[in-house]
Amino acid sequence: MKLAYYPGCGLNGSSKELDISFRAISGPLGIDVVEIPDWNCCGGSSAHSTSHFLSFALPARNVINAETTGCEEFTAPCPACYVRHFLAQRDLNENPEMKQHLENALGRKVDKSDMKIKNVIEVFMDKVDSSIVKKPLKGLKVVNYYGCALVKPPKTFGFFDDPENPQSLDKIMRTLGAEVIDWPYKTECCGASLCFTNQDATWKASRDILQMAKDAGAQAVVAACTMCQMNLDMRQSQINKKYKTNFNIPAIFFTQLIGLAMGISADKLGLDKLYVDPKPLLRSLNLL
Amino acid sequence: MSKMNVTEIMDRNKEFLRELREESGQDPGQCFQCMKCTGGCPFQFTMDYPPSQIMRMLQDGLVDEVLKSFTVQTCATCATCTTRCPRNIDIAKLMDTLRVIAYHRGIVGKGKNMHVFHTTFMNSVKNHGRLYEVGLALGLNLGTGNLLQDTDLGLPMFLRGKLSILPHNIKGRDEIKKLYDYAKKIGE
Repeated sequence: MKLAYYPGCGLNGSSKELDISFRAISGPLGIDVVEIPDWNCCGGSSAHSTSHFLSFALPARNVINAETTGCEEFTAPCPACYVRHFLAQRDLNENPEMKQHLENALGRKVDKSDMKIKNVIEVFMDKVDSSIVKKPLKGLKVVNYYGCALVKPPKTFGFFDDPENPQSLDKIMRTLGAEVIDWPYKTECCGASLCFTNQDATWKASRDILQMAKDAGAQAVVAACTMCQMNLDMRQSQINKKYKTNFNIPAIFFTQLIGLAMGISADKLGLDKLYVDPKPLLRSLNLL
Repeated sequence: MSKMNVTEIMDRNKEFLRELREESGQDPGQCFQCMKCTGGCPFQFTMDYPPSQIMRMLQDGLVDEVLKSFTVQTCATCATCTTRCPRNIDIAKLMDTLRVIAYHRGIVGKGKNMHVFHTTFMNSVKNHGRLYEVGLALGLNLGTGNLLQDTDLGLPMFLRGKLSILPHNIKGRDEIKKLYDYAKKIGE
């Protein structure tokens, strides 16, 4: 299956390990990753906070470029990017006024788009079964952290999972052999880009999430969202300093754990890119 | 808040409320103040008015107060409110629309950090086609005066190969410029 792939600015830089692990597991799972030619930033939360047109037009350009690859499916692993591209494609197909504006701006006709736009969990959900598991994640106690953008608001996006108690990651992690702990913060918001503009609020939100994970008995948080992962992992040192806590909880992308269970070596999964080193934990469980 | 004449305020802001309904596709008049949005909002603790109060203020036409509020700026768009609203109001979408309107009117209010962040971010994309993270961090810290924010993260990011010192320029920058010019032309 050929998949049009939009890394976005995050996966190109601050969330490199998601890009590395995504590509590493795709091949063996039968996914042919085709990077979208000359992609641009989707505008993130800034475009939809400042300009109605640009919040549509920036991701729409990527959708148009992706259509030239001949892929039937499209993914933007960063959930914020995913949301923008999903909505842009919908407007491109269903909102003639917006499409007309885009054509006026670019000075050329653009076609409708019929690729299926999938989020990062959706891409792997049906590919992970017991047959791919070579090294089960035995003994690893995890909580799954979906964040908000992948599951909320419901009925808006093409992906169905329960917005309050989603199950897709849980199912993947159980298949990989990890011990999945139920907890109430699966979709609690970490603050996302407020980490740049209202840091105190983000630190508190992320502290609460880490505390809940710890209290639930988790050894690691499994993340699917780049912003959530960054707020819990990269900013864990800031949180410890601010609240005089001593959290040492790795926040690992689910794609990295899929790779590990498939028997792919750790250095090909970007584990060294994480800030809270997961290796001592994984070694103690003989998973490395 | 001091004494006010609700009828007069409503009259004055009727047109704005009509536009807000049209642009967001949402009608704050549908809110019956059950406060589920406020109960579930993960950032209510940092807001000046809880989301349910914003809805009530819109019903009463207190437009200026809403546009100047910190709530509109610090809403994280997590959509927990939207998910739970028994009246099916997309409250997150309303907040988004209000934020765009405030930005276009040049209302910074208590959201100076957000204003600087969004402006720097959008300029970066305009110039390069992609976000230039070092430029964003510098612009943000200079613009807000929080010069040391996140400087502790620079080295760890660099050591992990996550910071690119130079911006990445895409080939289609002329197309990006066309999109920005057009947005300016139509005022959106």
